[in-house]
Amino acid sequence: MSAQSATTQKKAGMLVSTFALELILLAIIGFLCLFARGFATWDNFLNILRNASTTGIIAFAMTFVIIAGEIDLGVGSAIAFNGCLLAVITEKLTARGHGALAVILLGIAVCFALAALTGMFTGWVRHRFSVPTFITTLAWMAAFRGGGYLLTNSFPVTPFPEWFQFFGSGYVLGIPFQAVVFLLLFGVAWFISRFTTFGRAVYAIGGNAESARLSGINVLRMRMIIMALTSIFSVISAIVVASQIQAGNPTVGASWEFTVISACVIGGVSLMGGRGRIWGTFVGVMFLEIILNGMTLLNIDEYWQYVARAVLILGAVLIYQSQEMRQRD
Amino acid sequence: MEQVKLEVRNLTKNYPGTVALSDFSAVMEGGNVYALLGKNGSGKSTLVKCISGAVLPTSGELFLNDRRLELKSPMDAFAAGIAIVYQELSLVLDFSVAENILLGRYFKKGPGNSVIDWQRTNEKAAEILASLRIDIPVTAKVANLSVGQRQMIEIAKAMSYEPSVLILDEPTSALAQQEVESLFQVIHRSREQGVIVIFITHKLNEIQGVADFVTVIRDSRFVGTIPIAQATPKTLVDMMFGETQVLSRPAGLGVAEDVVLEVRGLTRAPRFQDVSFSLHKGEILGIAGMLGSGRSELLRSIFGADPLDAGEIRVQGQVIRHPEIPVMKQLGLAMTPENRKEEGLIQMLSIKDNLCYASLDVLGHWGLLSSRRQEPVVQRWIRELHIKIASSEHPVSSLSGGNQQKIVVGNWLNTEPSIIFFDEPSRGIDVQAKQQIFQIMWDLSRRGLSVIFVSTELEELLEVCHRVLIMNHGRIRQETSPDQTTLDELYALCMEA
Repeated sequence: MSAQSATTQKKAGMLVSTFALELILLAIIGFLCLFARGFATWDNFLNILRNASTTGIIAFAMTFVIIAGEIDLGVGSAIAFNGCLLAVITEKLTARGHGALAVILLGIAVCFALAALTGMFTGWVRHRFSVPTFITTLAWMAAFRGGGYLLTNSFPVTPFPEWFQFFGSGYVLGIPFQAVVFLLLFGVAWFISRFTTFGRAVYAIGGNAESARLSGINVLRMRMIIMALTSIFSVISAIVVASQIQAGNPTVGASWEFTVISACVIGGVSLMGGRGRIWGTFVGVMFLEIILNGMTLLNIDEYWQYVARAVLILGAVLIYQSQEMRQRD
Repeated sequence: MEQVKLEVRNLTKNYPGTVALSDFSAVMEGGNVYALLGKNGSGKSTLVKCISGAVLPTSGELFLNDRRLELKSPMDAFAAGIAIVYQELSLVLDFSVAENILLGRYFKKGPGNSVIDWQRTNEKAAEILASLRIDIPVTAKVANLSVGQRQMIEIAKAMSYEPSVLILDEPTSALAQQEVESLFQVIHRSREQGVIVIFITHKLNEIQGVADFVTVIRDSRFVGTIPIAQATPKTLVDMMFGETQVLSRPAGLGVAEDVVLEVRGLTRAPRFQDVSFSLHKGEILGIAGMLGSGRSELLRSIFGADPLDAGEIRVQGQVIRHPEIPVMKQLGLAMTPENRKEEGLIQMLSIKDNLCYASLDVLGHWGLLSSRRQEPVVQRWIRELHIKIASSEHPVSSLSGGNQQKIVVGNWLNTEPSIIFFDEPSRGIDVQAKQQIFQIMWDLSRRGLSVIFVSTELEELLEVCHRVLIMNHGRIRQETSPDQTTLDELYALCMEA
């Protein structure tokens, strides 16, 4: 009997440590429901989802990048750049009398194509010349930011027609459009990571790229695709942001790359590669947003959010590390 | 100067389930080089770890100059005058030679002795090098030195502590021939300083040039110490292997006429030159050769893991000049690499993932991978290869070497290959697991698969293969049949210069 209860206790202990982050988040949600006026409402819930989506969308792609042992620091600047590019294309071509819909669709296609190319270039340079993606994407970060300013002469460009607002402010069945995209991409990313050969190959490359190569996985192609993922997801996020502000603005997205990476890290994605889950990233994204939302509702100075984020990042990583050390014993 | 004497008395080391060292006794005297010889897993490294304080013996005693040593850590051994140079070098590559030799012991000057006196430090290092007649500038950066030169710096560093015993753990394994010569010169200088040099090796052909005595260990026991004059290859092989009982390949493992793989004039200078051979359906072909003979490099180049300078590969009739792994995999080739841990497995992932990652294309259906398709194959190999595990979700790093090797094999069998290269599959696994790996090869042969088997353990090749090619300095020298060759002959053929 006592042995049985001991194993039950041990199992319960393992369950608690496995879902530590989820449990802490639930506790915080419980606390906010009780003490933050207006937290436990449908509108606020949608609000949280809406605010989480712009960085959250990119975080799913970033999860694959980090699991593969790489990083992408260019995503924040890419949001500004792609928004500006889209705005400038729209402005120039509508001025020549082309229809807004066709022009915007063309602009979006150009952004996606360019993003895929730059991402694949990063992956190629990583593979062919062993240039760390930290370096290449640091360069992209500067190039995209500068590109945004150059395209717009550092003033917001506002050529978008009214219907363009839909992507950033519209609703589908009562749910913000961007939240729908966010949840949809969460599902897609989760499925890819769990149930596709691509997903398993990402883990293999991040776990041991040489073993992956010797097993016949095309590591170069994989790296090019993986690095294109964050670029492409950044364009999706850029469209949402441009639609929200109805402009191409070169100053948006500053330091968002760190919000994205923070969400992944809080969700247990290992910067050493090979380890991480899309679900974890989702929890990480929600965690950051709920803390921010709760603090606003509790009338806490918004700058405290940075302190909270610091505690979260360090706390989460400490939990994961201690789990890993216990596993090794 | 008083002569140094190291005495090992009844040293025994038990690990759970195995005896790594059994009642080992020997006496060694200063001014001599002792070659410690034994095949893999014979207890060489356990003995050395006991002497250097890295492992606590279960029982037995150590005496240095008739003083009993109580070694609880490598630091104790070091303080007692026992220095060891490991295979994996411990030098800081970006530092100079002098900095490395005197690491942490720099001469200081200035207020509070806070500034490094490079002039005196370099002079001291130069003095140490001169005493061993090592001709390398002390200001050279270690990163720019060859592996052999780095070995010499390691020895100089060890000698600068003026030890009584200097242990060298397979120092020549990565060296070219002329570097080995120079290294031996340095070892002789060390010997002249009255030190006991213990030189661990499994290369019989090197011993003549460096050692004064040969101490042989077999199956964790001391076999004997003989002066170099008596150490003929025949004597040594007998001492190392004892009554070799070569289990033979089961009868009725036929080889078909059809050639499944044929290579002509393969060259990758300087690793191997002009290699030609053919492999038949159902055949187990062994490639014998010492480390550095080019055998692993040859397999890797055929498989597309490394480049190829010239030559032609014919798989099932199809000609390939520039092999690439994904293509060769498609053609039915598989390879279990030499370094299981670093190249064959993904340590942090689960057993299940490790059994499937070479065959993602085969297991996937339009890129989708369902556990319904994955689970049966995982269970199949766990059963058929006798892999002992609690759950396929556990990390592969939790398994023993033998089980890990079987996972590597299973990972490849999933790709439904027709030709498998086994590169040193038996390294670091226990005797029972070895027999199971051989059994797997025989089973594959019976099912009509062809196998190329590379091993340093020549007796394994005689045991397992239909035919053995002998590789030496990058060329295939000869072909023999295991039925008509003895172990001594095979060793002799592999070592011919």
